Amino acid sequence: MNNTPFFLYLLLMAGVTYLIRMLPLVLIKKKITNRTMLSFLHYIPYTVLAVMTVPAIFSSTSSVVSATTGFIVAIVLALKNKSLLTVAAFSSLTVLVVEWLINKI
Amino acid sequence: MKRKSSFINGIIDGMPICLGYLSVAFAFGIFATESGLSVLETLFISMANVTSAGQLAAVPIITAGGSLAELCLCQIVINLRYALMSTSLSQKMDKSIRLLDKLIIAFVNTDEVFAVASGKRKNVKRSYMYGLILMPYLGWSVGTLTGALAGNILPTAIVSALGIAIYGMFVAIVVPEMKENTKTAWAVILAIVLSCAFEFLPLLNKVPDGFTVIICAVTASLIFALAFPIDLKEECENE
Repeated sequence: MNNTPFFLYLLLMAGVTYLIRMLPLVLIKKKITNRTMLSFLHYIPYTVLAVMTVPAIFSSTSSVVSATTGFIVAIVLALKNKSLLTVAAFSSLTVLVVEWLINKI
Repeated sequence: MKRKSSFINGIIDGMPICLGYLSVAFAFGIFATESGLSVLETLFISMANVTSAGQLAAVPIITAGGSLAELCLCQIVINLRYALMSTSLSQKMDKSIRLLDKLIIAFVNTDEVFAVASGKRKNVKRSYMYGLILMPYLGWSVGTLTGALAGNILPTAIVSALGIAIYGMFVAIVVPEMKENTKTAWAVILAIVLSCAFEFLPLLNKVPDGFTVIICAVTASLIFALAFPIDLKEECENE
């Protein structure tokens, strides 16, 4: 642990996030044409979200069993192109039901 | 009259985003306070950043007392996609949007706002953009506050169930794209393998979380960008 004050973290992350969004909007007038750069920027959001989700999702609830079941439900619904809200809601609901069942047994 | 109606159109288009954000921000609010941040700190993070993935990755770094360099790098990598979105959006803005407007719009240029704006046939107006960003910003802030407050009140079973909500949303973003695009699917699988390696293998599991996200995502994306560049035409259609 160190003693970095919270507001320093806040200022830094908000500043970095804002600059990334603002600079291209204000400065870049031409289109990006470099194929490798475009491909990299295309892959980045998906790989980032995947890395953040797996394996962290397995410890996001009170038991690995309920988290795994919720994860599977989320994947199945996402494969059917359900909305973000639907997928999130049903995976939560699954966790609730599975944990209730576990406690019953 | 004309100005008013395009502002209202923006509000209408922003409503579904707002509803989605309410629930995701609610989950973030619970996650952040459960991780040890105060209600106000959690709210400030949401109001100052307006980005789900970046905020989620930042919380463990902050609560673990991680370095500012780690936080900075982590935010750059996770939010790098906005650079592409902002670049693309800059081509869609009509002359009514001045420098000051751009400075404000950039603040709330989220994935969803970008997606809606770029889905418009014509160039977007100043009043439309202000309408479009207003409701999502409110939804994100109000959702975070209610989640942060509810985290301390709700029964543990509910909190546990909602803990998975934000990841469920990520699954809903990634999986359809994997189905659509085989290259992305393999890039994601490689990223997950790397991520698991950094979680479970000795030595690698000592690397702080913020760096793990950067290393795994950049490695997988770079390898695929070099070996399997995407079809540019395809990308234009997607964006």
